[in-house]
Amino acid sequence: MSQTTTLDVAVANGDEDRYRLKMGPQHPATHGVLRVDLDLDGETILDCRPKVGYLHRGFEKLAEHRTYSQNLVLTDRLDYIAAMANNVGYCEAVERLLAIEVPERSQYLRVMVCEMSRITGHLLWLATHALDIGAMTVFLYCFREREILLELFAELCGARLTTSYTRLGGVRQDVTHEFMSGLDRFVEQFPACIEEYETLIDTNRIWLKRTVGVGQVSAEGAVDLCLTGASLRGSGVDYDIRKHTPYAVYDRMDFEVPIGETGDTYARYRCRMEEMRQSNHILKQCIEQMPPGPIIGDDAPDLVMPAKPGKRMEVDTVTRASLIKLVEDRNCYMEGEVYVATEVPKGELGFFFISDGEGKPYRMHIRSPSFIHIGALASLCKGVMVADLIAIIGTLDVVLGECDR
Amino acid sequence: MESTGVAEALQKQFPGSVREVRSHRGQLAVFVNREPIVDICRYLKEDHLMNHLNCLCGVDNLKRKGLHHSRFEVVYQLYSIENRVALRLNALIPDDDPSIDSVTDLWTGADWLERETWDLVGIRFNNHPGLERILMPSDWQGHPLRKEYPLRGDVEWQGLEELRELAKRLSKHDFHQ
Amino acid sequence: MGKMNSNLVEIEEGISFIPGASAIVAPLNKLINWGRAGSIWPATFGLACCAIEMMVAGASTNDLDRFGIIFRASPRQADCLILAGTISKKMAPVVRRVYDQMPEPRYVVAMGSCACSGGIFDTYAVVQGADEFLPVDVYIPGCPPRPEALLEGLLKLQEKILQEQGRWSQLA
Repeated sequence: MSQTTTLDVAVANGDEDRYRLKMGPQHPATHGVLRVDLDLDGETILDCRPKVGYLHRGFEKLAEHRTYSQNLVLTDRLDYIAAMANNVGYCEAVERLLAIEVPERSQYLRVMVCEMSRITGHLLWLATHALDIGAMTVFLYCFREREILLELFAELCGARLTTSYTRLGGVRQDVTHEFMSGLDRFVEQFPACIEEYETLIDTNRIWLKRTVGVGQVSAEGAVDLCLTGASLRGSGVDYDIRKHTPYAVYDRMDFEVPIGETGDTYARYRCRMEEMRQSNHILKQCIEQMPPGPIIGDDAPDLVMPAKPGKRMEVDTVTRASLIKLVEDRNCYMEGEVYVATEVPKGELGFFFISDGEGKPYRMHIRSPSFIHIGALASLCKGVMVADLIAIIGTLDVVLGECDR
Repeated sequence: MESTGVAEALQKQFPGSVREVRSHRGQLAVFVNREPIVDICRYLKEDHLMNHLNCLCGVDNLKRKGLHHSRFEVVYQLYSIENRVALRLNALIPDDDPSIDSVTDLWTGADWLERETWDLVGIRFNNHPGLERILMPSDWQGHPLRKEYPLRGDVEWQGLEELRELAKRLSKHDFHQ
Repeated sequence: MGKMNSNLVEIEEGISFIPGASAIVAPLNKLINWGRAGSIWPATFGLACCAIEMMVAGASTNDLDRFGIIFRASPRQADCLILAGTISKKMAPVVRRVYDQMPEPRYVVAMGSCACSGGIFDTYAVVQGADEFLPVDVYIPGCPPRPEALLEGLLKLQEKILQEQGRWSQLA
């Protein structure tokens, strides 16, 4: 499209303060491969057009060619900072679609890893957001706590980042004694760590100047932009899926959902700090209330082993075999569609599934909070300075892996 | 009012436009014609306080075995934050004219969701403020999520061919031991 | 020269030390390689999940700074490109452009299965490995590789640099 805009005319007239700047996709402050085309007047942004797709990997198309169990590993790579939460969201959706029961202990385990990943997600958010604004120490402190949690994940399921811990019908394996004692130590010490971060920046004059009043969005504006998560709650809208449509055992957990008032970057920052405290509180309750029992249901679709070792099975027979087990055992009707959303650290992660009676999903659509939040960037950045743009990208808490899928 | 009540009110308000109401695992999906989609969404948003658009995506029913009404569907997942009621609208879109009106007047956030649907499924949105590709490069051929599009792609992208030529040309400047 | 020869103490193959003079005699090659290997400066190019493990490798627990590795924002000031993550077809021309901006000597490390060979994403949108359009020096497989694995890959790059001959002049 080659239409002359006001900017081109302004440059032709010799107005040197107006120009077009392309920021990214390789840029230290864009949280991944995000490109933002800016029309600038000096340092003030006249128009901001984010461009995404630089990490599009074709998840939704790939999912149509793999079984439900195989698609689980794709979900780690969505919001790779909080992979456990994505796993739980995926399994909740598929279990709703195929009517698979999950035993109680594994539901508690799922809530536990969800909240642990909420803490890791928010820690990385704080580290990068503060780093962008200029506070380098917070980055190092947050990574210190994050390392403890990542090593706990490695103790639990073998992987630090791409965990694939949950399974359809339960979780992969049970917790060990070392894991529980490590988690106990962590939840005892973590509230003091949150206070440490707050000491560094909460009332710091530079932090306040950079975040108060920046990226302000009203409650109606936030709903209009389809925001979710802390970005929506910072504007005063009470919408947390864990309270509205509780999944797993969230209805048995006692926790508060922090709601902001002003809707600016500082409000969202306070919301997320408080959410970390509440997550810690939920973890304590999980540890206390965890019941004994099996961790995977009886009717979970099994991994089908080949008949003869070394004999290659056609993918079709694998999917049909896992499907037959479900249909024969429980006579459940497979066709249909569901949309199930869960509360991940970034917001609302939704999975829309259409099942056609095959062992593979007919259509899997991932409702990604980061995609929608980056889409809201253009509305939030009119008339702000370039430095505020960086703060706004940070406060919306985006991850490009989730945005582009 | 539960979602069944909302669906019934919708059927009363727009008789003839609601083709089917399907229920699966406790979730309600209302299959509607595409013409009054903006009015339907406005009615739900204003009269039933379904103010949050959770999800918007396109579906290609080409290889679908179960009952389906048309080749394409655009799925709107709506939610009322105040009443805690969810409803799904499936707008039916024929193969010969894959287009539908845009709901960006009602939700600004639908902008990018509709661009993604255009990019990947190939459904045009009328009155959209700027309908162009978002996830694929702007000169990509084809719509990847359509069922006839192969997983590994059909024709190689022009940009990648040019890149390989460039890499071959510049490789004589590389250090070779 | 004969007198000096008898004072040279060979400490490594080709590298000698003159005791009392605090001087090292070595081929220029080895000295330059030693300087380069001890100060690999990568350009920050985190693409996807592997970028998180790269950040962890640069943070406190596994510190890359002790190897002389400092991340530089601009490719003009960098001599290594650590491709951490999946390279989509839309991103590939950008990667090549960043690589072309790096001055010689420059090295490419493909970190993670996606950068090595496309990983699990054999789809229409993903380039099946960085070596389709870039010369890669070190491949680090893993999904994602642990920070220790990235460290080992960078140490292998150091070994590779130390073996180079004559990568310091057009005339060589």
